[in-house]
Amino acid sequence: MKTYIIKRLIQAVGICLVISMISFFLLFLNTDPALLLLPPEAEVEDIEVFKKQTGLDRPVIVQYLDFLRKAVLEGDFGESFVAKVPAMRLIAERFPATLKLALAALIFVNVVAVPVGVVAAIRRYSLWDNLATFTALVGQALPLYWFGIMLIIIFGVWLGWLPISGSDSLVHLILPAVTLGSWIVPINMRLVRSGMLEVLSQDYIRTARAKGLVERKVLYKHAFKNAAIPLVTVMGMQFGLLLGGAVVTETVFAWPGMGRLAVDSIRMGDYPVVQAIVVIFAMCVVLGNLAADILAALIDPRIRLD
Amino acid sequence: MAETTIELSRLEETEKEPTVLSLVLRKMWHLRLGVVGGLVILLLLVTAVFTPLLAPHDPYAQNIMKRLLPPAWMEGGERVHLLGTDHLGRDLLTRIMYGTRVSLLVGLSAVVLQVVIGVGLGLLAGFHGGRIDSVISFLVNVMMGFPFILLAMSLVAVLGPSLQNIIIALGVTGWPVFTRVARIETMKLREQEFVLAATSLAFTTGRILVKHILPNLLPSILVLATVEVARAIIRESLLSFLGLGIQPPTPSWGIMLAEGRDYMLLQWWLAAFPGLAIFLAALGINLLGDALRDLIDPHLRKS
Amino acid sequence: MRTGERQQSPRPAAPPGIAPRAAHLLRVEGLKKHFPIRKGLLGKTVGHVFAVDGVSFAIRKGETLGLVGESGCGKSTVGRCLLRLYDPTAGRIIYDGQDIAALSPRDLTRFRTKIQMIFQDPYSSLNPRLRVKEIVGEALRVHNLAGGRSWLERVAEMMAEVGLQADHLARYPHEFSGGQRQRIGIARALAMSPELIVADEPVSALDVSIQAQVINLLDSLKEKHRLSYLIIAHDLAVVEHISDRIAVMYLGKLAELASDREIYLNPRHPYTTALLSAVPKAEAGARERRRQRQLLTGDVPSPINPPSGCRFHTRCPEVKELCARTEPPMIQVEPDHWVSCHLFS
Repeated sequence: MKTYIIKRLIQAVGICLVISMISFFLLFLNTDPALLLLPPEAEVEDIEVFKKQTGLDRPVIVQYLDFLRKAVLEGDFGESFVAKVPAMRLIAERFPATLKLALAALIFVNVVAVPVGVVAAIRRYSLWDNLATFTALVGQALPLYWFGIMLIIIFGVWLGWLPISGSDSLVHLILPAVTLGSWIVPINMRLVRSGMLEVLSQDYIRTARAKGLVERKVLYKHAFKNAAIPLVTVMGMQFGLLLGGAVVTETVFAWPGMGRLAVDSIRMGDYPVVQAIVVIFAMCVVLGNLAADILAALIDPRIRLD
Repeated sequence: MAETTIELSRLEETEKEPTVLSLVLRKMWHLRLGVVGGLVILLLLVTAVFTPLLAPHDPYAQNIMKRLLPPAWMEGGERVHLLGTDHLGRDLLTRIMYGTRVSLLVGLSAVVLQVVIGVGLGLLAGFHGGRIDSVISFLVNVMMGFPFILLAMSLVAVLGPSLQNIIIALGVTGWPVFTRVARIETMKLREQEFVLAATSLAFTTGRILVKHILPNLLPSILVLATVEVARAIIRESLLSFLGLGIQPPTPSWGIMLAEGRDYMLLQWWLAAFPGLAIFLAALGINLLGDALRDLIDPHLRKS
Repeated sequence: MRTGERQQSPRPAAPPGIAPRAAHLLRVEGLKKHFPIRKGLLGKTVGHVFAVDGVSFAIRKGETLGLVGESGCGKSTVGRCLLRLYDPTAGRIIYDGQDIAALSPRDLTRFRTKIQMIFQDPYSSLNPRLRVKEIVGEALRVHNLAGGRSWLERVAEMMAEVGLQADHLARYPHEFSGGQRQRIGIARALAMSPELIVADEPVSALDVSIQAQVINLLDSLKEKHRLSYLIIAHDLAVVEHISDRIAVMYLGKLAELASDREIYLNPRHPYTTALLSAVPKAEAGARERRRQRQLLTGDVPSPINPPSGCRFHTRCPEVKELCARTEPPMIQVEPDHWVSCHLFS
């Protein structure tokens, strides 16, 4: 078990490093960063002087290591080109908003997907089952941003039920959370359904029934607990989906989170912020996966034999 | 399934045993959906190819006098502009039709790139194993966990938004799915005795990969590729929506959606219809892909 | 149907220390194949599977050698080493004067075509996406041995040899039964005009009624195509009919090696006796002698951690104290009859 965790941790660190490298070197692919920082009229000699002053003339590897050192030890990702404040500060300001959104979406997803999945498994070929299959099919093809916009149009404009922008109250959270979750609902539904189906056909369920246990107890105590395992594992993977979806959702709903910051920064070429966000995202995804995997290994002893 | 008498009564309450009829209906339903999907794709292809002949207007022609007209069936709409006009007076239907070309072009090209890179790496990793496999698998894991959007956005931002670069960005971020499948299938195939036979007949590794392993990979890859085209189309429109994809005035569904968003309070059709196009296209392709998978699976299992 | 003539050789064909003879087609000396077991973070090797641990034998031209043993004794591994599908850990494989165990992959090509293999599983030994004619004739094309019309003729010829018709050529493997697929596999092996065919459990996956057909097919092909065989099986009954000599393998080593008759009438090694007593007695008659049903105690030990001394000592009904300490050498008890057992040392 310990080896497993250590191995995964090393992998996690490795992944973050690789990603930070990629995002760092991406910058140097096309432009000379010095040109970005200076006004367009700068003379060639001035550029050279500037480079020497700021250390931009050093070999790329050295610059990368320097960046790494500052980032890891001091949390200093440089200063935003646009806002002239440390990049980390911008991110820290926006982080809670995204977190709120992600959590809300997660709650929504599981509140919807799990019961429907369970019912779909129990009553096969019934209305619920078909509904689940239908949702799964549709959900795969549904563009997040279009769905969000349609929700706004239908519920915000036509029906006037829900507010469409701003992030003040809980009510404001509803539409964005539903939008963000729409990607994930079909996946979870299908997973719960197939997990339950597989478990329900196992012999120990029949034994429980034969023992005369109340049906509901059978379902919950024996079946569901085991079916929940793949769900937990998948939730780790969904971190990536959630973050990716957050980028879009926040843009559509003008939600002040990291996602929108990412888009704006990329559009405006604010590289320090972009780098910082990429690395932070990577860490979130990786840690999320790790946590989910460890959790799964704890629950299901079979996974531990690695 | 043999059940004890104790449980029979309970089961009848909670489970409906699938009748043969319902299973057959399900299969037909799936296939019918696949047919629908196929028709949708056909429609897309025809539209894409024959747009210049079929479209009622010029997608770039602006007419400020006629801007923001609603669809023909609503009050204030005109028959000439079936789905209305956008903020510059351009016909929406025409632009959607032209957008089909962009989407299909990008979608197909990107997937081709993904397949070439992905299957190539998967074959290598699966066949050789060892260190090559470790490296490639690590790479795949890294890329799969990471939200595609950031990667692709950054690439496009760095390379500059052009049609070509979008295809490259999509191709370069989307190959891991194929590598994962190709790798596992290759590893399974590598152990099959007919591959051993080919080795013992002194065939070169290249020949074995191309003539023996690759053709047996194709069914799974094909199914995956179909679904990936739909995803590529959605991703392209996402990039365009965020302003990092195709640039105006070229009609891309994503851009139209972005432009429509500014007007969504009153002129909802500007956002609704392009998005509907994306949705239907993706849905149709997915339906076809699912049906393909249904067809191919039993065939594989039979042999 | 056993061939009538016996090999009249003044000296037996078993290896340790015997000088090579011109009549030997293939000689295996001290063949070993160990598979490393890797575990842990860095893929450390924590042990080995001693699949083959010092096997020596020879096959004469025109001879059929049967290699039998329980599952896991390493016989399939031996076969695959001969084809260089595995690289031997140690030992030599002398074919046509060359040690093919040591050849580089490039030089290997020449020999690959002379030694061919027939595989066990008819359902995975043929590429499901190729037509039968491609499967049988691909090698001819690759090695430029036939082209155009003559290629098709040769392929059709091979099919006829194994009892299948020419109109089967355009079909796919899944249209055939297990027995027919094995025939296709045989045709594929024959196409290259090999000198030696290694058949790895050629009939284990087939129905009993079909088994005899395929075995007889192999036998009838032998004379006509001047083949020699190494037939690997776990069932003595399968090889008994067509083998000239039989080698019995246990846990990576040879227990006994003798002619077919000798093994049957005069088995020396306790393991061989046990194997024989398990063969269902289909025929009564002079060749049968009354044998007590010899049941072996215990499970087969693992090839990862084989027993000390004589590998068989943990299950041997005649075990002595010596057996756990030292490994018995291969001793010649009669002309052309070798045993590895302390009862005879």
